[in-house]
Amino acid sequence: MPPTPTHINCNNGVTDADLDSLHAGDAVELTGRVFSFRDATALRLTRALEAGAPIPVSLDRQILYAVGPSPPKPGQIIGSAGPTTTARMARFLPTLFAAGVRAVIGKGELRGDEMTAFTTHGAVYLAAIGGLGALLAKQIASAEVAGYGDLGPEALYSLEIHAFPAVVIIDTHGSNFHEQARVDWRRAR
Amino acid sequence: MEVQPIREIDVSVLRDAVARLIVEANYNIPDDVLQALRDAAVREESPLGRQTLEQLVRNYEIAAAERLPVCQDSGVAVVMLEMGQDVHWTGGSVQEAVFEGVREGTRSGYLRWSVTGDPTRMLRTAGTEAPAVIHIDLVTGDAVRLTLASKGFGAENMSALRMFVPADGVAGISDFVVETVDRAGANACPPIIVGVGVGGTFETAALLAKKAVLRPLNVRHPRADLCRLEGDLLERVNDLGIGPQGFGGRVTALAVNVEVYPTHIAGLPVAVNLGCHSTRRMSATI
Repeated sequence: MPPTPTHINCNNGVTDADLDSLHAGDAVELTGRVFSFRDATALRLTRALEAGAPIPVSLDRQILYAVGPSPPKPGQIIGSAGPTTTARMARFLPTLFAAGVRAVIGKGELRGDEMTAFTTHGAVYLAAIGGLGALLAKQIASAEVAGYGDLGPEALYSLEIHAFPAVVIIDTHGSNFHEQARVDWRRAR
Repeated sequence: MEVQPIREIDVSVLRDAVARLIVEANYNIPDDVLQALRDAAVREESPLGRQTLEQLVRNYEIAAAERLPVCQDSGVAVVMLEMGQDVHWTGGSVQEAVFEGVREGTRSGYLRWSVTGDPTRMLRTAGTEAPAVIHIDLVTGDAVRLTLASKGFGAENMSALRMFVPADGVAGISDFVVETVDRAGANACPPIIVGVGVGGTFETAALLAKKAVLRPLNVRHPRADLCRLEGDLLERVNDLGIGPQGFGGRVTALAVNVEVYPTHIAGLPVAVNLGCHSTRRMSATI
């Protein structure tokens, strides 16, 4: 049987206790608020933070979701909204963690230094299923541009999510589920 | 000498076909891919992998029923034209007709605009003059076969090309395919489709690999030895254990498709183009 999901509330960010309770391979369902980011968003946030300039939202204890949604059809809250590859933004994560980010939702693998950035900050990496855009959009109850609106699909969105499914990849105890899964399932030749 | 009649086609016919195909391709995953995912969901041994595959099938069913883009990354439109040499286009530019079709379909289908005008990002306000990549093959006859693929970049980014030498042979090709899939891991959105292009020159190999990734999954290579190679490579790739979304399991790839072309006696170009489980393609004949 697949694992039963742990429910995490992130209405006002996440607590360390909640993060520490998670282990690589756990299924989670998140309810609350997350902020979207992508290549251009991460670059702009990082430049502002490094320059000591203001950013549109407080990242204190927040979760970032790597997503660039498609435009909503009339009557839709948001268009398709599945995760994008986290590794493309990995170089910006140490700065974003220092600004308060506690967890990242994305897809794909993080290795070596990319993973170390998480473990040194006690942050958690969660993977949503890539290519599940139509279904995941149904777990988003509201979407508002919170900043950088000129970036279009790469704008910083404030997203209210409900029972949003993900799998814990990097936990605060130093485990990496992607690495473990390969060890468990690889067939030697 | 027999004179071939020339068939005149107005470019607006091409524009409208592209606009229709890009929307339909983004709402409807090809039948062969959906069937392969359904089969994989039965075959997968890892519980989390199986659940992931079931979710993907549900996503595709809902996208088709509610007419939504299957994925927010509607990709770069790759338009392949097998153009009959007896066709004469009227009414404007063929290239502009394709671009206009892509713009129109992207707008009307509520697809994400995923192309930047300047890959260097040095131009801050780059326009979007060229929203598609176009490949043209001239063929005999007076028909135009049009294939449109919306190529997502999660998998595209993990593709690779290497110039081998003849002595590297099939062993070299095979190791490179497995190494590329291993390095791509979860980033390419497995279960993936692996397109392998072998031969020609540097750019031929890449284009062959693209054509290979767009070949229907239920079509094997007609050459018996290459058909066997496709099967062997699929087994090796699936033995990596990456599984659906890198969560571990038996199904890392749905197919390995190989295409070949003659090459120089000194060379062995090999390209590996990866397609995510959401490899969107649709064809029409004008």
